[in-house]
Amino acid sequence: MIDKIMPDVEAAVAGVPDGATVLVGGFGMAGMPSALIDGLIAQGARDLTIVCNNAGNGETGLAALLKARRVRKVICSFPRQSDSYVFDALYRAGELELELVPQGNLAERIRAAGAGIGGFFTPTGYGTELAKGKETRRIDGRDYVLEHPIKADFALIKALKADRWGNLVYRMTARNFGPIMASAARCAVVQVDEVVPLGALDPECIVTPGIHVQRVVRVPKAQAGAPHIEPGREA
Amino acid sequence: MSAYKKMTRDQMAARLARDIPDGAIVNLGIGLPTLVANHLPKDREIILHSENGVLGMGPAPAEADEDEDLINAGKQPVTLLPGGAFFHHADSFGMMRGGHLDYCVLGAFQVSATGDLANWHTGAPDAIPAVGGAMDLAIGAKKTYVMMELLTRQNEPKIVERCTYPLTGIGCVSRIYTDHAVIDVTPEGLVALEWVQGLSFEELCQLCGAPLRPPA
Repeated sequence: MIDKIMPDVEAAVAGVPDGATVLVGGFGMAGMPSALIDGLIAQGARDLTIVCNNAGNGETGLAALLKARRVRKVICSFPRQSDSYVFDALYRAGELELELVPQGNLAERIRAAGAGIGGFFTPTGYGTELAKGKETRRIDGRDYVLEHPIKADFALIKALKADRWGNLVYRMTARNFGPIMASAARCAVVQVDEVVPLGALDPECIVTPGIHVQRVVRVPKAQAGAPHIEPGREA
Repeated sequence: MSAYKKMTRDQMAARLARDIPDGAIVNLGIGLPTLVANHLPKDREIILHSENGVLGMGPAPAEADEDEDLINAGKQPVTLLPGGAFFHHADSFGMMRGGHLDYCVLGAFQVSATGDLANWHTGAPDAIPAVGGAMDLAIGAKKTYVMMELLTRQNEPKIVERCTYPLTGIGCVSRIYTDHAVIDVTPEGLVALEWVQGLSFEELCQLCGAPLRPPA
């Protein structure tokens, strides 16, 4: 029998090795797998490369992981936020490597990893600092930059509902990076509000098929961390 | 200098909104461009795209109806209109890169005579760089409009021969809406389409850091 439902968060994040590349879903607090990040902090892996749109704010979630000095490198599009002071301080002190990637290139690099693409030419960033040193090509009169996939050992994402096969549905803008991150990781771990019986999800509406999901853990909403919306200047 | 009144931010937004036609699919960038949403003509059906996976984005909800899972690119709570849809990030940026959006409106530090855009980084050595969706948006619509003040707070021109700030995109801007004038970027250079009453064309030219031509 296939059963991807894990008993608790500890079991869900077990086995993340030191030096792992970990994709972390979420855009702002929407889709942020807060319980799994807390689980990763407790689990203890270090020297991590974290791939996430933002680099944490306040002192919880990713910011707490950074503060615990467990991250070597961050790959993201928008680290700077009104209260991203943990990231800011570590970055300024030279204790954290940053690879800044335009948001669409970040998403496509993750998608490419999950889809078995060896690289792709994108117009985004051509002629800018963020394309420096990268291979370029003119195709049909337009200039493109070669970008490579971002493969990962683990993905930590949040969805609304899952069944024991790992089929997922999301909720509104909390979907964001979830589907592509699930497919790009060797082991995709999903925090869900609700686990439903096999067959309960409408097959026409399943967003991430279970083939991309290895572990599911139910985190009832009240325990899912204290969600708060921090209006930032940008994405 | 003759006496003239610059447009307010709301007047700029209203002016720009007039140029968005019925049926258009539009992404409004963070900051100044967000104001355009308040001025879109009510008799036109215009679909707003948000980079974090929304088409058909509606206005901000009443405080009691705020939902942490329904936010815009600035991470502020929004609503979804009937007919709206959600999708993941790669699809969302594929819509931009694939040329499916009609208009994108962005703020800017500088725009060059050839439509180069600088809006993501001042290049200051101690600044934490952050790009977000700026570079994707710059090249991601059939038309990219910039909405900005004509001058910096130090009264320096933001329309320049060549951008001195790090570039966001090359030759990507089609039109610039400022508090003094609306200016088109054409293969023949910058063309002033209209400017505020009381300002002469010669005075406008002096406020621009790049050559400007009168309307044809």
